[in-house]
Amino acid sequence: MAANGAPLLELRGVSKRFGAVQALTDVDFAAEAGKVTALVGDNGAGKSTLIKTIAGINQMDEGEYRFDGQPVQVNSPQSATGLGIATVYQDLALCDNLDVVANLYLGREELSGSRTLNETSMEQEATRVLKRLAVRLPSVRIQVASLSGGQRQSVAIARSMLGEPKVVLLDEPTAALGVAQTAQVIELIRTLREHGLAVVVISHNLADVFQVADTIVVLRLGRQVGILDAKQTETDEVVAAITGAKAGDEPQSMEVTDQ
Amino acid sequence: MTVSDLDPRLVAEQPGLAGAWASFRRRLRQGELGTLPVIVGIAVIWLIFWVANDRFLTPANLTNLFLQLVATGTIAIGVVLVLLLAEIDLSVGAVSGVTAAVMAVLNVKEGWPGWLAILAGLAAGALIGALQGFWVTRFRIPAFVVTLAGFLAWTGALLLVLGETGTVNLTDSTITGLTGTFFVPLDAWLLAVVVIAAYAGAKLWERRKRTAAGLPVPPMQQLAIRLVVIAVAMLVTAAVLAADRGLPLAVVLFIAVVVLVDLLIKRTRFGRHVLAVGGNAEAARRAGIQVDNVRLVVFTLASTLAAAGGIMAASRLFAVNQSSGAADTTLNAIAAAVIGGTSLFGGRGSAYSALLGGLVIISIQNGMNLLGVASSTRFIVTGLVLLLAATVDALSRRGRQAHGRA
Repeated sequence: MAANGAPLLELRGVSKRFGAVQALTDVDFAAEAGKVTALVGDNGAGKSTLIKTIAGINQMDEGEYRFDGQPVQVNSPQSATGLGIATVYQDLALCDNLDVVANLYLGREELSGSRTLNETSMEQEATRVLKRLAVRLPSVRIQVASLSGGQRQSVAIARSMLGEPKVVLLDEPTAALGVAQTAQVIELIRTLREHGLAVVVISHNLADVFQVADTIVVLRLGRQVGILDAKQTETDEVVAAITGAKAGDEPQSMEVTDQ
Repeated sequence: MTVSDLDPRLVAEQPGLAGAWASFRRRLRQGELGTLPVIVGIAVIWLIFWVANDRFLTPANLTNLFLQLVATGTIAIGVVLVLLLAEIDLSVGAVSGVTAAVMAVLNVKEGWPGWLAILAGLAAGALIGALQGFWVTRFRIPAFVVTLAGFLAWTGALLLVLGETGTVNLTDSTITGLTGTFFVPLDAWLLAVVVIAAYAGAKLWERRKRTAAGLPVPPMQQLAIRLVVIAVAMLVTAAVLAADRGLPLAVVLFIAVVVLVDLLIKRTRFGRHVLAVGGNAEAARRAGIQVDNVRLVVFTLASTLAAAGGIMAASRLFAVNQSSGAADTTLNAIAAAVIGGTSLFGGRGSAYSALLGGLVIISIQNGMNLLGVASSTRFIVTGLVLLLAATVDALSRRGRQAHGRA
């Protein structure tokens, strides 16, 4: 919570149109520090559009962006990063041919006095961050190519942590991961929460969402149709909100009705 | 490992020399071949030629071989940089020819002092590279096409610069001295010892820094073995060269450029960005790296190094003529980089592959000339060796993928 009681990250009344498509309509969204907020919805519900709006890649047509209780202008990825919002995209954007340390510091390499890379300090700091996040790797000097999917996801998340962000947006962090690797990533998300970050997770996998989320925000056809407390919600209710059926309903009839 | 408790399923390096040896063997099995195939290749080639003609391994011939290596090898260093980006530069031979011609004409016809003419040749190379790099990055045309156009255009420019006579003979002592200067035995030995000491010092200092920072260090014996191998290689080379005319200045310059470019790739921010762009250009862009600037600088460096190679070739030949930097110069340089172990797929390779791959190419040429083999056979054999090297690259890449190391 920010000092004045407002959530750390808050969007109000967001609308976004791409040509003929109304991608988002009057969406409210909030993420609190020390909490995991899951963003769920069917394909085309507007999850990615909303995340891209938060990350500064898309600009909203209408709506208000508040950070730490203050209205802010976020019109580029840089301004989002500047606020302390880090994004980990689904395609992890790692260089397979470089080792873990090099990937963590890609684009922000530390130099020593002689204008050469300060490998010692980067390796020390990388080791520290990975340890803090309890990420298990055979070596920080191993090529990213030889890591498992879960380890790669962990490296991508650890990289976003080097900028000391306040909010982390994770786009489908457990997609295409096996059971053990998913557990590893879920554990990492819990660690992020314990460190007081506001974590936003987009996911298709409701089982994963219920394992880790505090709040579940449901989008359907570009509208926000529910903010649910994960502790007091059944999977059925979330599915119902996602599909638009009422909880407990029989599966929707396939009959074609007259308009 | 200090990162965390080890997951038993992960293969971590065991401490000590045995662990280092085990992980070396594991990397080999998984397709991380490094420089091993090319070193074995050089040994086999030298053995074959030595059996066929015992003059091959004499100090006089080896000195010639090293001098022949300098031009191709220097051009190949630039090719390595371009290949690291997963790009290609087909113009390096033509650029080496035209820039050498610029130097020769400025020196001989315009009366510029040798050193200034050399600098002008290098500057012409840089300018050409910047132009080609600009075209590749600004208009998004594949480097293959831009440098193919460059190859044709600079070949024409060579004829234009040389003018009607078609040949410019070089007599300037600075220019011919590049390849005609030899360090007498004592200097050669001294240089070898200084380099070995500098290498050992740098490695020990780095080790101390890592120990002080609480980071893991490789076993001392591993460092000792590596030092002994390098020291023996350097001392044997010094001894062989000292037995003939001495240590050639050109070879010293070439090795110095190899070492400098290797440090540029491995130890600087720019080099890290080159590897990142070659490995995953999109990831590099998202990490805030100015991908186009990196490409532009690499093409500039490649053409500058091509110019340096052309100047070395001119110095050795005492002339620049219409066939300077002709077609097989480019192909030899690219072949040298690939044979030396720089991947065609980008992101993997080292400046040393220019040295090692160059040695393979030049050894084949030199040995076959010594045996009086027709150039037809020489071209075919060189082509087959290149194909073999590219196959090793492709297969080891597949091996890496199978073992999750691609």
